[in-house]
Amino acid sequence: MASFRSSLPVYATTLDVVWHYAFRTICGAILVFLVAPILVIIPLSFNAESFFSFTSGMVSLKPEAYSLKWYRDIFTNGMGAPEAAFGWSWLVDSWRHGQWMLALRNSVVVGVASTLVATALGTLASVGLSRPEMPFRGLIMGLLISPMIVPIIITATGLFFFFSSVGLAQTYLGLILAHALLGTPFVVITVTATLTSFDRSLMRAAANLGASPLRAFFSVQAPLILPGVISGALFAFVTSFDEVVVVLFLAEPDQRTIPRQMWSGLREQVSPTILAVATILVLISLAMLGSLEMLRRRVERLKTETPI
Amino acid sequence: MKTIANLLLATAATLAFTAAAARAEQITVVSWGGAYTKAQTEAYQKPWMAKTGNSIVSADYNGGLAEVKSQVQSGNVTWDIIDVEPSEAVSGCNDGLFEKLDLTKLPKGADGSDAKADFVPGALLDCAVGTIAYANIFGYDSTKFPGAKPAKLADFFDLKTFPGKRGMKKESKVNLEMALMADGVAAADVYKVLATKEGVERAFKKLESIKSSVVWWEAGAQPPQLLASGEVTMTTAYNGRLFTPMVTEGKPFVIVWDGQQQVFDMWAILKGSKKKDVAMDFISFSTSTQPLADQAKYIPYGPTRKSSAPLVGKFMDGKTDMAPNMPTNPANMGNSLVQSVSFWSEHYDELNERFVSWIGK
Amino acid sequence: MTAVELGTEGLERRLARAERRGKLRAFLLVAPLLAFVLLSFAMPILTLVRQAAYNTLVSANLPETTALIADWKVDAPVPEPLCEALVREMHAAKEVDPAIPSRIATFVNRERAGSLSRVKQVANADIKAPYCAGLAALHDDWAQPDIWRALKIVAPSFSPRFFLQALDFRLQADGSIRSQDSNEALHLMLFRRTLLVAAGVTLACALLGFPVAYLLAHVSLRVSNMLLIIVLLPFWTSLLVRTTAWIALLQQNGVVNDTLVALHIIGEKGRLEMMYNMFATLVVMTHVLLPFMILPLFSVMKGINPNFTRAALSLGATPSTAFWKVYFPQTIPGLGAGCLLVFILAVGYYITPALVGGQSGQLISNIIAFHMQKTLNWPLAAAIGTILLAGVLLLYWLYSRLVGIDKMKLG
Repeated sequence: MASFRSSLPVYATTLDVVWHYAFRTICGAILVFLVAPILVIIPLSFNAESFFSFTSGMVSLKPEAYSLKWYRDIFTNGMGAPEAAFGWSWLVDSWRHGQWMLALRNSVVVGVASTLVATALGTLASVGLSRPEMPFRGLIMGLLISPMIVPIIITATGLFFFFSSVGLAQTYLGLILAHALLGTPFVVITVTATLTSFDRSLMRAAANLGASPLRAFFSVQAPLILPGVISGALFAFVTSFDEVVVVLFLAEPDQRTIPRQMWSGLREQVSPTILAVATILVLISLAMLGSLEMLRRRVERLKTETPI
Repeated sequence: MKTIANLLLATAATLAFTAAAARAEQITVVSWGGAYTKAQTEAYQKPWMAKTGNSIVSADYNGGLAEVKSQVQSGNVTWDIIDVEPSEAVSGCNDGLFEKLDLTKLPKGADGSDAKADFVPGALLDCAVGTIAYANIFGYDSTKFPGAKPAKLADFFDLKTFPGKRGMKKESKVNLEMALMADGVAAADVYKVLATKEGVERAFKKLESIKSSVVWWEAGAQPPQLLASGEVTMTTAYNGRLFTPMVTEGKPFVIVWDGQQQVFDMWAILKGSKKKDVAMDFISFSTSTQPLADQAKYIPYGPTRKSSAPLVGKFMDGKTDMAPNMPTNPANMGNSLVQSVSFWSEHYDELNERFVSWIGK
Repeated sequence: MTAVELGTEGLERRLARAERRGKLRAFLLVAPLLAFVLLSFAMPILTLVRQAAYNTLVSANLPETTALIADWKVDAPVPEPLCEALVREMHAAKEVDPAIPSRIATFVNRERAGSLSRVKQVANADIKAPYCAGLAALHDDWAQPDIWRALKIVAPSFSPRFFLQALDFRLQADGSIRSQDSNEALHLMLFRRTLLVAAGVTLACALLGFPVAYLLAHVSLRVSNMLLIIVLLPFWTSLLVRTTAWIALLQQNGVVNDTLVALHIIGEKGRLEMMYNMFATLVVMTHVLLPFMILPLFSVMKGINPNFTRAALSLGATPSTAFWKVYFPQTIPGLGAGCLLVFILAVGYYITPALVGGQSGQLISNIIAFHMQKTLNWPLAAAIGTILLAGVLLLYWLYSRLVGIDKMKLG
């Protein structure tokens, strides 16, 4: 038997074999379609020239065709004295005046604050929603998830009208609340998902053993749903970190975030700096994905360890 | 949890620090970005900051009064000064979006002439002070046309002789006038014709003839990129945006002045700005004779003060003469149009609706 | 006996109370988020809807004019009290805020171009009785019915005219409705295009997502975990990063064109136009939404018992019959969930068409942003948004009925 048939049953016909490999090729092509565009920007970000394209020098791997200048530009863009010698004052200048640095600060502040709000409110609500006695469960769940479903342009427009009338437009608080709103559905979905697999008799056991409901929640339920809470928080953070439309409608120039900065970079001044930023963001999402995968494994382990 | 709390505290402290720093007179000046903002920064902002010790936050926008309207109507005004075109200056003034300016605060010209007399007609409005006049022109990449070169406005619409994509601003203004002039309407009659139904049809018919080849742009920085990347062979642009890459990067672009449309750029202060006086001080400073002449060092836009004209010298590279590159240079004014503020304030909604629907099909 | 009865009654009551307390406790846990969502989401949405249908600019500042013009028949001569009220109230409004007359003028100008300065003039001119003649003397337009008709249209606080405009109809002064001139109609075409694009993207996602999900469900756990990371990486990568990547790939001097030229498949002149058009919108949206199709399909396929297919095969079915008659029907729930979700998300897409769509790839969301940011016709933007919202909520309701909201999963 030829080795390429080794993974197939012996009774497979030639047609089966052809189909088997054709199918895998098709799937491979689709998976390439999914990741290749993301990976291709990584080498492009080291381009020495200001194009979005591989130069002939890059293809023939000439070292002078590659450069780190777009990464340098992330720090220097907008600086008062980018040519100054590297040192403490250079770093301070970059941190204070660099456009991307400003965007990074805003993204982190808004992202962290909105994640905290979304996670706290979302987790609490999920605990309530997963109680069997919860009234109007479907209706309320539907409402809580709807910020994820309603087109972002409608949410942003509505927020713009409403926040303008109450003085929240163009404030950090307004942005944080808006992003928290967009993040909550993800927290609710992930936490309720972990809660459905949660064995409620554990809570009754805790109560029988004399624990107060609060204590039972923190010592029994909380540790078990923690992975769900963390992955919900990660989703909420990424939602805020990636959001641009609400920022377009609600933020003033000083409050521009990284995606907002990329947006104007794509619409107005196309420069490979965006590719360098994009590369860094891809690495960050890889890290997030990695931590999420670890969480998932932990949940699997916990599940199998629970005696049924 | 504790580390997160610490992190939050730290960020809160940073925010508070930034807010405290902002209290030392800082104004936000909003303009069009790219080479134009750079010229303003060098000629107006930096000298003013050095002189007064105040600081300026620069922001970019793409025209229109949406942000201004939302800031003023919500009472949350964070921009202080904005660079607008006359039609926006007038409509914004009408709608109460801009402060009325005390024009007596403007300094005399360097030659001692009274400010009112020193500015060219149309550059002083109730709510805005003109800084420069720029031109809407079209330019092309000369390497794409080895034989005959485009020289007239009509050539822009001639896809047979000059094949290739065209870049145009996604906006009814400028394009409709351009279409009529290319169709043979004299500059003096353009707005008369455009006020009639037949005139509008004629303009759209002309635009329709090249529509399938048009790449629409929105920000002033895009046209030179479209030309440089080969996405288009010819594009409308603000004259200064093509000039800069031509001179500094040696790009093979050529500007065609035939049928240029001149527009002022003006400073206006947002109604309810908390730093109104500081903002007015900046406007007075930046529209005085020397800074207006200095900005022409960085971008070929004509100063609105007559007294600035003789002071205009060479480009920042020290060798390119600016005068021939100015929209106001007589040699470039052969067939030119000054955009009509009154026409557009009446007809913008109607024509723009038509334009948007036309462009979307 | 009474004691027993009392006992059970007490127990029932206590049970009922405990149940109520349980309900209350559960509800209290949800309450903070519910309040937050109502305040920062439902309120804004209601503000949006209100903005589309309700505006008091004219009726609050020109109350008498509004009342009188409502009674005026569009073919009758303009009555003197109406002229008098307009002149008086415009002057009064100007005293309150000098910007009001020109805001009203902008409103009227949207219904009839060329009215802006006519209406503004009224607030500035010194007009004495008889007022109708005075207005006519100011400008001949005031002797014609058109400008009055426009004023009649914009006067009422409640008006369906922006909803009509959002659907390419125009409200007339006499209350009738005409459809917009074909060269000004745009929105219906955009709604249609948006639905077509959403359907196209959904189809593409289903075609591309099905095989991948099938593969994921039929390889070893270790391999499927690895492949799942490939599926999830785009999901976790910033939308703007992915869009940037596609611009780098598809533009005129982009990677794909360069490669094709280098391989002599196309000439330097024959570079393909793949960016800033409908094609780019479809490709990038499919790429962005594909994980939303693969994940629900995968979770359904994982649960399908392989013995059914094996049984069909052993009973003599051909592999294709076994697949279509036995396996495929079992994937319908996942396929349906994925398709609905992708369709709902695609209908509201804004960023991708705005960045890569050029002119032919613009969707309904983009025209909402356009009216918000460029033309400043906020009520029209709100009206289009409300219609889009209604459509999406309908689909969402369908999703909750057919799939169930708690079935929504993320990775």
